[in-house]
Amino acid sequence: MGHFFWSVLLRDLTLAGRRRSDWLIAVFFFVMVSSLFPLGVGPEPELLKRIGPGVLWVAATLASLLSLSRLFEDDHRDGSLEQMVLSPASTVQLVLGKAAAHWLVYGIPLLLIAPVLGIQFNLPSDAIVVLVVSLLMGTPILSLLGAAGAALTLGLRGGVLLTLLILPLYIPALIFGAGAVDGVMAGTGAEAHLSLLGAFLLVSLLVAPWIAAASLRVSLE
Amino acid sequence: MNFYHYASPSTFYHLAGKVIPWAAWTAAILTVVGLYIGFFVAPTDFQQGEAYRIIFIHVPAAWMGMLIYLAMAFWGAIGLAFNARLPFLMMRALVPTGAMFTFVALWTGAAWGKPMWGAWWVWDARLTSTLILLFLYIGTVALWSAIDDVKRSDRAGALLTLIGVINVPIIYFSVIWWNTLHQGSTVSFTHAPKMATTMLQGMMIMTLAAWAYAIAVALVRVRRLILERERKTEWVNEILSEGS
Amino acid sequence: MEWASWSDFWDMGGRGFFVWISYGVTAVAVLAEIVWLRRAASQSRSRLVRMQQWDSQEESNQ
Repeated sequence: MGHFFWSVLLRDLTLAGRRRSDWLIAVFFFVMVSSLFPLGVGPEPELLKRIGPGVLWVAATLASLLSLSRLFEDDHRDGSLEQMVLSPASTVQLVLGKAAAHWLVYGIPLLLIAPVLGIQFNLPSDAIVVLVVSLLMGTPILSLLGAAGAALTLGLRGGVLLTLLILPLYIPALIFGAGAVDGVMAGTGAEAHLSLLGAFLLVSLLVAPWIAAASLRVSLE
Repeated sequence: MNFYHYASPSTFYHLAGKVIPWAAWTAAILTVVGLYIGFFVAPTDFQQGEAYRIIFIHVPAAWMGMLIYLAMAFWGAIGLAFNARLPFLMMRALVPTGAMFTFVALWTGAAWGKPMWGAWWVWDARLTSTLILLFLYIGTVALWSAIDDVKRSDRAGALLTLIGVINVPIIYFSVIWWNTLHQGSTVSFTHAPKMATTMLQGMMIMTLAAWAYAIAVALVRVRRLILERERKTEWVNEILSEGS
Repeated sequence: MEWASWSDFWDMGGRGFFVWISYGVTAVAVLAEIVWLRRAASQSRSRLVRMQQWDSQEESNQ
């Protein structure tokens, strides 16, 4: 990975470090949304175990999406985004750096709290492990697809638009990720799901940064 | 055939004007023939009785919804690659028809599912994929409406459709995967009954009819869009002055 | 396919409701699209003609 990628990544991490509250809000959102489901469907352990993987995956997705519309916002507002895109430095590395920073700040904390929520949903320990592994692969996909979405919706009012655009594209990750946890609980195993999830991650890595870079240029013209 | 010649809006405008009546009449005639076959030639189905006749609309609509999205992605890619205006107009002209067919596919899917399997909605792989396709259409329209600048709007929509089209096979595969795992119901549109030749013929003809219809409608729309976008040019001014 | 009578045809082996709401809604959707198309074309046309007249007035005023 190039020099520019690392400098963008470190810069974003430093900036995020100064605004401590943001990633905490995402974590709280994850916890709260997950907790709504037992309140909505009832607390029977078997039911919660059944819906747990799907619910936690959806909640993690939404929590992660919250922060995506602002991915380029601050830099856009003070003009530094335009500088960076116009400069000879690689826009693709810029996008990758930002997506990586987003994942580290907003994705990883979700992984850390997921086991606790898994216990709330009565998931057995091997399922919780697979849940964390699947989220570990799913959250970077979301950061990557979300970067493309954020680039397309740069400067537009209404953060919901980004969510609307990205969610359908993210569905395969949801299916494979939640399916992996289901597979472990059903005894059929998670390998197939996780491999497919990994393949989707690979495809996202190959496609999303370039589309995001092109979208940034289109949005900034 | 000089490709760039047809990329000029005025040439395309007049060419489209000539194609539209042909496409429209083809659509009308094929529809009549297709419906005739569907209702008066194709026999009663052994398993599904008469309700299966919905497929003469459901399947063509589903295919067209999908095909039109691919066409949109194609035109978007051409517009981005050649930096031309016309392909983006073609994209915009196709969207309402594509969304309409997708909606019809969902509606007829529900109407077929209810008598067959007792539920208005079943999470069958194909119906679910069609629903997601509708979300993609809506997303593209939402993005277009949110952007004021026309050039940015065109390109953003094209990029979104490109990322969508790359994703569509993945989404379709994942939904089939999901569906085969959750074998709760034995419902599947993919396990359609073995079809008599006449049934297949009817379906094919209706699909061609839908295709001709889509071409006619998209060309009508694109002509209007061309007039709007190119209104400052002389050839458009002449057309408007003629008041025809 | 031989239908014994028109009422048999409409009945569609008891599934008439489903068959006809399918074809019905499709017909409505197609007609609506065509009607919308024509209205949009004529509205757009008259708006463009108006704008053309304003433009030429502006030019003659300058």
